[in-house]
Amino acid sequence: MAETHRPPEQFTLRVRRYNPESGEAPYWDEHTIELEPHRSVLEGILQAKARFDGSIGIRCSCRAAICGSCGVRINGEPGLACHTHLDAARASAKDGTIEIEPMGNMPVIKDLIVDMDAVHWKKIQRVTPWLLAKQPTPEREYVVAKDAMVDVTQTMACIQCGACVSDCLAMEVDPGFIGPAALAKAYRFVGDPRDDRQRERLVDLSEDPQGIFDCTHCFKCVDACPKDVNPMGQIMRLRRVAISDQHIVDANNGERHEAALTTLVRDYGLLHEAELVPRSYGGNSWFGKFHPAAGKELLSLLPTAVKAIAKGKIGIKQALLGHKLAGADLKAVQRIYQTVESRPERYELNLYISGEDE
Amino acid sequence: MKVAYWPGCVSRGFTPELHGSMARVAPLLDIELVELNRANCTGCGVIAEHNQELADTLNARTFAFAQQVDGAELMMNICSTCQGAQSECQERLDSSAEYRAQVNQTLAPEGLSYEKGLTNKNFLWLLVEEIGLDALRAKVRRPLTNLRVGPFYGCYIVRPRKRLGIDAERPRDHYLEQLIEALGGTVIEYAGMRKCCGFPIVTMNKEASLKQAGRHLGDAVDAEADCLVTPCPLCHLNLDLQQPSAEKVVARELRMPILHLPQLVGLALGLQPKELGLNRHVVRPTSVIDWSASVVGAAA
Repeated sequence: MAETHRPPEQFTLRVRRYNPESGEAPYWDEHTIELEPHRSVLEGILQAKARFDGSIGIRCSCRAAICGSCGVRINGEPGLACHTHLDAARASAKDGTIEIEPMGNMPVIKDLIVDMDAVHWKKIQRVTPWLLAKQPTPEREYVVAKDAMVDVTQTMACIQCGACVSDCLAMEVDPGFIGPAALAKAYRFVGDPRDDRQRERLVDLSEDPQGIFDCTHCFKCVDACPKDVNPMGQIMRLRRVAISDQHIVDANNGERHEAALTTLVRDYGLLHEAELVPRSYGGNSWFGKFHPAAGKELLSLLPTAVKAIAKGKIGIKQALLGHKLAGADLKAVQRIYQTVESRPERYELNLYISGEDE
Repeated sequence: MKVAYWPGCVSRGFTPELHGSMARVAPLLDIELVELNRANCTGCGVIAEHNQELADTLNARTFAFAQQVDGAELMMNICSTCQGAQSECQERLDSSAEYRAQVNQTLAPEGLSYEKGLTNKNFLWLLVEEIGLDALRAKVRRPLTNLRVGPFYGCYIVRPRKRLGIDAERPRDHYLEQLIEALGGTVIEYAGMRKCCGFPIVTMNKEASLKQAGRHLGDAVDAEADCLVTPCPLCHLNLDLQQPSAEKVVARELRMPILHLPQLVGLALGLQPKELGLNRHVVRPTSVIDWSASVVGAAA
C-alpha cells in the first residue's frame, strides 16, 4: 500500500547569514522547524522566517519549480529550495543538519539572495537572447518543419535559476566566462531554423576568449541543473556546429585543438600527445610546429619538457614519434572515420528527446 | 580475476609510470590483465564533441574487443577520462537497439560487434566493488601510517552522477577516501578534491587552466597534505608536469607530489617507490616524503 501520510518531524536548518551593508562577517544560524518530511526545504526556511527570525533573506515565488527564484546551495550542492524534499536534504547532510547557503559565483545581496543581475542576467544579455529573424518576415506566423524545433527543446526547458552558474568551475577561476546558462541560451537561437545570424553568433562566441572554448568540460552544470538542460552538452553542440558546419577557425585554438586531436587519432589510432600542442597552436599538420604561434608555446614549454625527459618521465623517442596502432587496426579505425564522416548528415542521438527504447 | 584491460593512451605515453605501476600491482591483487592492445583512443570527449557517432563507433570497437576476451569478468581502465568518455558513449549505445545496429554495421567489416551490457570499471571502482576493501586491507604489507593523502578524482569519474552510477549504495565519489583509509593512510579533505584540474582548456586558456591546478594544489598544501592521489593521468599532467608553471600563475610555492592510484596501492602492498616509477615525476615524491619514516609505519 502506498504511503499516504507521514507525521511532521523536526528538521534543523543551518542557514548562512550575511548582510554586506552591516559591515559584519557572514555567520551561520541554526533553527529547528517542524514539517512533514516530504515538504520542501523552502517551506522549512519560510517556517523559520515566520516563527523565529523574520530577517532571513530568501527569494521565492511559485514554490513549484517553475519560476527559478529560489536557487540556493543545499549541503554544498546547487538546487531549488522548493524542489528539494526535507527528508532527502537531511539524508545528504554531513551531520544531519541541513546546510543552506547562497549560490556561488555571484555576489550576495543578503543571506540567501544573490545578485543575479550582476552576473547571470548580464551574461544572458551578452548572447543576444532573442530571435534575429530571417527577412522578409512572413505576414502571419512562421511555419517551420515539425521536427525542426525538436533540437532546441532541451535548452528551452531552462528556468533561469542560476544553479549551473553557481557551480561553474571555469567561472570560478575566470569570472568573465560567458558560462553555462547563457551559452545554453545561445544554442537556443543558433539551433532555431528561423534565426538568420547563426554564423555571426558562432563567430562571436568562438572568438571571445571567454566564449565556448573556455568551458572546462567538468560536467558541474549537467548535475546542477534541476531541469535537465545539460548546458555543457549545449556548449559542445555550439562547438560542433561552429567547427564542423561553419568551419570557423578561432583565435583561441578551439578549432585547431579539436581538429588536431580528431586527426591524430585517425592517423595513429592512439593519441600522439607531443603533436597535440604544436598543432593546437600552429595548425593541424605535421608542419604546425613551425608556425610562430606554436614556436612561442613550445619555447615556453621547453623547461617542462627538458625536466620531464631528464627525469625519464617521457622518452625522446616517445616525444618525437608517439605511439601507433598496428597496420590492420589503424586501417580499421580509418575505415570507421570514412564511413561515419561520409554520411550526408551528421547523426546525433539525443537521449533527452528520444529517451531509452529498451 | 581476469579483466579486459584498457590502459588508455596517456598511461603509455606521457605518464608511462601509470601503466608500469599497474602492471606491478595487478599480480599482487590477483588481477590478470589482458591488454586490449588493438583498441583505439576513446577520443577523451573531444571526438564526441566533433561527431558523436564517430566517438560511439570508435568506443564500441573497444567494447567489442573486451567482450571477446575469454573468461574476462569485465573491462577495466586506469584513466578517469577514459571512464567518462566511454561511459558517455556506452550510455547512448545501450539506450537504442536501432542505433547500436547502425554502429555495429560500421564495425562489421572487422568482424566485430558490441552487445549491450558491458561492465566497464575504473581500477578504483574495481578495487572497492570487486576486490573489496577488507580483502585489500588484508594484503597491506606496509601501511601508509601517518601519510596524509588528499584525493583528486578528476571530473570524468564523478560527474554526471546518474550516467556513472553514483548513488547512496555505490558512493563512487567517496571511494578514494575509503581506499586511503584501508591502506592505513590519513585522508585529507580540501576544497578542490572533486574539482577540475584545468587540463581540458590548457591549450585554449592556459592562464585559467593553470589557475585551477594551482588553486587546488594550494588548498591541499594549506590542508597539510603530504601528497595527492589521482586515478586520472590527464589530471596528473596538469598537477605534476605543469606544477612549476602553475606555481608561477598562483604565485606560491607548491611542491605537492601527485601519485597515480596504482602507485599508492603498490606502496602499501610493499613495492618499492622506484619500481612504481615514483622517481619519474616532476615533483619527486621520493625527495619530498621521507618514505622510510612516514610510510613504513609501526604496523609494518
